[in-house]
Amino acid sequence: MDTLLKVKDLEVKFALRFGDLTAINGISFSLNKGERLGLVGESGAGKSVAGFAIINLLSKPGYISEGEVIFNGRNMNRLSGEEMRDIRGNEISMIFQDPMMTLNPVLTVGTQMVETLLAHKRLNRMEAEKIALEKLEKVQIPSPKKRLKQYPHEFSGGMRQRIVIAIALITNPSLIIADEPTTALDVTIQADIMDLLLSLCESEDMSLILITHDLSVVSQVTEKIIVMYAGKIVETGPTDLVLREPLHPYTQGLLKALPGSLQPGSRLNQIPGVMPTLTDIPLGCAFHPRCERRDTICEVETPDLINVDSHDRMVACHMLGR
Amino acid sequence: MNNSLLTVNNLVKRFDISGGFLEQLSLDNGRLVRKHTIVKALNDVSFVISSGETFSVVGESGCGKSTLARTILGLYPPESGEIYYGTERIDNLTSNKMLPYRSKMQMIFQDPYASLNPRKTVQQTLEEPVLFHNKSISNKEASERISEVMMQVGIDPLWVGRYPHEFSGGQRQRISIARALMVDPEFIVADEPVSALDVSIQAQILNLLMDAQEKRGLTYMFITHDLSVVEHISTRVAVMYLGVLCELAPAKELFSSPKHPYTQALLSAIPRVGEKRPRHIKLRGEVPTPINLPSGCVFNGRCPYVKDICTREKPELRKVGNDHFISCFL
Repeated sequence: MDTLLKVKDLEVKFALRFGDLTAINGISFSLNKGERLGLVGESGAGKSVAGFAIINLLSKPGYISEGEVIFNGRNMNRLSGEEMRDIRGNEISMIFQDPMMTLNPVLTVGTQMVETLLAHKRLNRMEAEKIALEKLEKVQIPSPKKRLKQYPHEFSGGMRQRIVIAIALITNPSLIIADEPTTALDVTIQADIMDLLLSLCESEDMSLILITHDLSVVSQVTEKIIVMYAGKIVETGPTDLVLREPLHPYTQGLLKALPGSLQPGSRLNQIPGVMPTLTDIPLGCAFHPRCERRDTICEVETPDLINVDSHDRMVACHMLGR
Repeated sequence: MNNSLLTVNNLVKRFDISGGFLEQLSLDNGRLVRKHTIVKALNDVSFVISSGETFSVVGESGCGKSTLARTILGLYPPESGEIYYGTERIDNLTSNKMLPYRSKMQMIFQDPYASLNPRKTVQQTLEEPVLFHNKSISNKEASERISEVMMQVGIDPLWVGRYPHEFSGGQRQRISIARALMVDPEFIVADEPVSALDVSIQAQILNLLMDAQEKRGLTYMFITHDLSVVEHISTRVAVMYLGVLCELAPAKELFSSPKHPYTQALLSAIPRVGEKRPRHIKLRGEVPTPINLPSGCVFNGRCPYVKDICTREKPELRKVGNDHFISCFL
């Protein structure tokens, strides 16, 4: 299969007054054409920062200090601002959590869609409006012609997120990065939106990076999963395999902490403590203070992400196989 | 059930959102008319919560579940209907007469960042309810109580002098639970207490709530949209849609055999680990606004099994099984 995106030893730092904070500490992965990847972790694990770093959207004081992002054979760190704008929003689109914050409240939905198209393609207004209409139909918005002339506040939350998806699709991107696209929505609407996103990826042969904290959504939508903890990848592999037989103690802990697998009313399996903040990431394995299986080596040496089987499964843990 | 702790009868709550006099005026066929815009947040809600149970209220945003919680606690006055605590009617009490009930009923809010006063130390936050409800208590006794409750919720009592910003989200939620426990309540309303927390922290807080219930014999009313949490902790579950109670059943029964079409759709939409793609019942259209409620059954516009009668008459809550009620004509 063709590789669409390759991230190599990516390191992101935030330059602050008292020194640099490392938000992402050397992550590598690749994504094939048409593949769907789930990036999961708790708040502060660095999953959103990774999404922003891929499309070079980090705002100051954040910067990429190390590593490279190669998209379709082009090294994105070496591109000029002009060239980058040609990729961003065109070949790679992004969907954010809150549709009310991403849509401009004083422009009609149609204007916002046409604007995006005209920024990237050589079209006249008429052609652009026709494409906008097609995309609204594609995301199943009823009476799209009328809806094009309406403002974001006239739509419900779920409908707004459909519009954001339509805008993301409008330039026929080959990769969509969706950062918690359904976290602000109700479960019935979440299911509709995820279903839509999944079928669009399949029908348009798009790749997807889904950034979320919800393991069950990742299970439904993605083929490959990356679990992040304190700025590092702790486990990655085929989604169904990782969720069925997790190998890293953190992944195991997360899955066990979910209600639903246990007898109702019984105590949930909790992971003690909290994820460290970026200012005081412990030495060695960042998870060791919360880990049941830690040994002395975990406190001094950072485990490497190593291949453990033939399924592209990788785990960063000293205790594996012990 | 004979040991009922809280009884709610035909509770109705409306909000007038028409604004000022000038905003209410509009032109209708060339004539100036004055219009009121009313949000019908709760429409004839009745149920009984028994002592010691965890009663969960679920539904999507805007279904009135938070309004229900706040109306029960007397934070909003109801339009009509009755609320009984034990055998005492509490919805029409003066604020003075309501005082003893306020210490029996406590609330935990969703966002531990917004519900703790950033300018008060943990000590000040925790002693306030005790000193307010028990004027005779000495400072020493109050401090002892604080250490005791802090230990119970898993916060080191040495940290009483710290401010909320020095704690993580999970720890702050522990402090808000401690604040609710300070006055030895019998009944706690928890409005989305774990929605703002990460999975690993969510488990810690849910365990804490279950422990506190076991130790103190608490009764919970649990408001949430997270159905997998509800399945795990509840004794009975009430499903709300547009301010109406659609279904009320023991948790196990509700999740294994939901009867109301809305409950069925809602439960089918819960994503589960191990599923390959969403396989939910797709509903037509969208939730109507609570300003213009549909006539008849409020769910009729989206229901896959809608019949003639559903658009004409309002279904009453009726019994369909042991302790299992639905409001549906099917």
